Amino acid sequence: MQKKRAVQNVIYHVFVIAFGLLMIYPVLWMILSSFKMKSEILGNNAPFLPSTWVFENYPNGWKGSGSLTFATYFKNSIIVSCLGTLGTVISSAMVAYALARVKFRGRKFWFTAMIMTMLLPGQVLMIPQYIIWNRLGLVGTFVPLILPKYLGWPFFIYMMMQFIRGLPKELDEAAMIDGCNKYSIFTRIVLPLLGPSIITTIVISFYWIWDDYMGPLLYLSKPALYTVSLAIKGFADTQGTNFGPMFAMSSLSLIPVFLLFLFFNRYLMDGVTAGAVKG
Amino acid sequence: MQAAKQTRKGSFLHNDNVVGYIFAAPFIISFLCLTLIPMALSLYYSFCNYKIGAAPEWIGIQNFANLLKDGTFTNSLLVTIQYVAIGVPLKLVFALFVAMLLTRPTRVQGLYRAIYYIPSLIGGSVAVALVWKQLFGSRGPVVSLIKALGATGFNFFGSTTWAFLPLVLCNAWQFGSSMLIFASGLKQISKEYYEAAEIDGAGAVKRFFSITLPILSPIILFNLIMQLISGFMTFTQAQIITDGGPNYATNYIALNIFKEGFSFQHMGYACAQSWVMLLIMAAVTGIIFKTSSHWTFYEN
Repeated sequence: MQKKRAVQNVIYHVFVIAFGLLMIYPVLWMILSSFKMKSEILGNNAPFLPSTWVFENYPNGWKGSGSLTFATYFKNSIIVSCLGTLGTVISSAMVAYALARVKFRGRKFWFTAMIMTMLLPGQVLMIPQYIIWNRLGLVGTFVPLILPKYLGWPFFIYMMMQFIRGLPKELDEAAMIDGCNKYSIFTRIVLPLLGPSIITTIVISFYWIWDDYMGPLLYLSKPALYTVSLAIKGFADTQGTNFGPMFAMSSLSLIPVFLLFLFFNRYLMDGVTAGAVKG
Repeated sequence: MQAAKQTRKGSFLHNDNVVGYIFAAPFIISFLCLTLIPMALSLYYSFCNYKIGAAPEWIGIQNFANLLKDGTFTNSLLVTIQYVAIGVPLKLVFALFVAMLLTRPTRVQGLYRAIYYIPSLIGGSVAVALVWKQLFGSRGPVVSLIKALGATGFNFFGSTTWAFLPLVLCNAWQFGSSMLIFASGLKQISKEYYEAAEIDGAGAVKRFFSITLPILSPIILFNLIMQLISGFMTFTQAQIITDGGPNYATNYIALNIFKEGFSFQHMGYACAQSWVMLLIMAAVTGIIFKTSSHWTFYEN
């Protein structure tokens, strides 16, 4: 009996690991390709591992395809992602607090509006929003990519609301008696307790903004403002067959996302599901 | 005494209505300026001939009438529906399968979940789209494998029949968030149900269909709606991997709207397409919600 269970266990782990390797094969392939000579990347006889490890792809890719290097593009991506993430966290927490804890007139209406906005795909608004930003003379700047993040992001508002609803109301009441008002309850009670939800928001919104392609594609036309995702696409378009450097820069572009995931993995897994299932 | 003074002084600012609107202000501003006004503008432009820089010219329902005759548009609707009809169920089945695979409590469960979540973390990026393009390209490893199995001359992106498959797989590959949601749903199913069923002699398949699926049905509904919406509006992958080709076989609606609006500068016409798409999506979601009472099951 025990032997049978041990065998089952081994089969299980072998299967899960093999299947998991298949899942991350595309990522491995990209990273390994970034260390290969051009002749070994594609074709019927391409080896899985590089026969000689080539490191030049990285400095070659870093130089970029025009006069700018990837240092510029990474700097741009970091600016947009960090400012955007900061805005998402602050504004979404505020709105979530209002909708979850403050009994104001019209709360139901705004909650419904928030859910509708969450379900409305962004692509539907792509053209009219572009027209508005264009009218304001802000196309070609970071503003259309960053400013909206300071106005609440429904997905995260909803997630934080679910979290706030789970906090005992007695905390608010106790704080009231101790002399807190609705503002200090937010800064002293709700915000500190929102910790895990805030970490989830930071990680997810950072990688959504970092990976975003449509926004930069619409609003950034000058290469000096390109984010990494736009720059890699440009690199692929202009140096179509120069795969080694292209994969080198692709691999580099994923590092910030991986690092965040590595540090906050535990919170992320709990945070994503907390909102969905209770709702 | 001091407290009483403070409340009086700040009584306006401490009124729940005022507090609520102050905290909700960011969303209210964005709802008005970035959702409501753009939607109204879009509706207006969809009845206009409009190009950036020129004044919109009212042409009534001309845009919508043209849509019906526009082969590129009707084709993009059809291929989008094909993409959603194949891709979304595949992704959900996959997500549920992996979620069930990883319910087994082991010391490395967290590590496994993290590995299976990686594709979702990076799947939407340009980097992955570029990798996919080469991975499934005519000289990439997947085609090499297929050729080694005997199908010489096979090429995904040269075939109008098969070009959609790498895109569907790229979408299904990002099953992570659905998987996590399924996993937490599975965790909440009481073990007693399974034990009772086992005593009654129900096999694993029977237990899956009579216990797991019904209890998970509200979560399936949630995942289904979320994936449908994002599936209907797929953009980045299609733009980078196939750019709609070959011969419009993967010219999904969001891509078509983008090209119509920004490449051809037919902004009014593109707005009309957005509205038709939105109505179709609303109808599909509505039908699913309406019928969901027949197939979702709530424990209490």
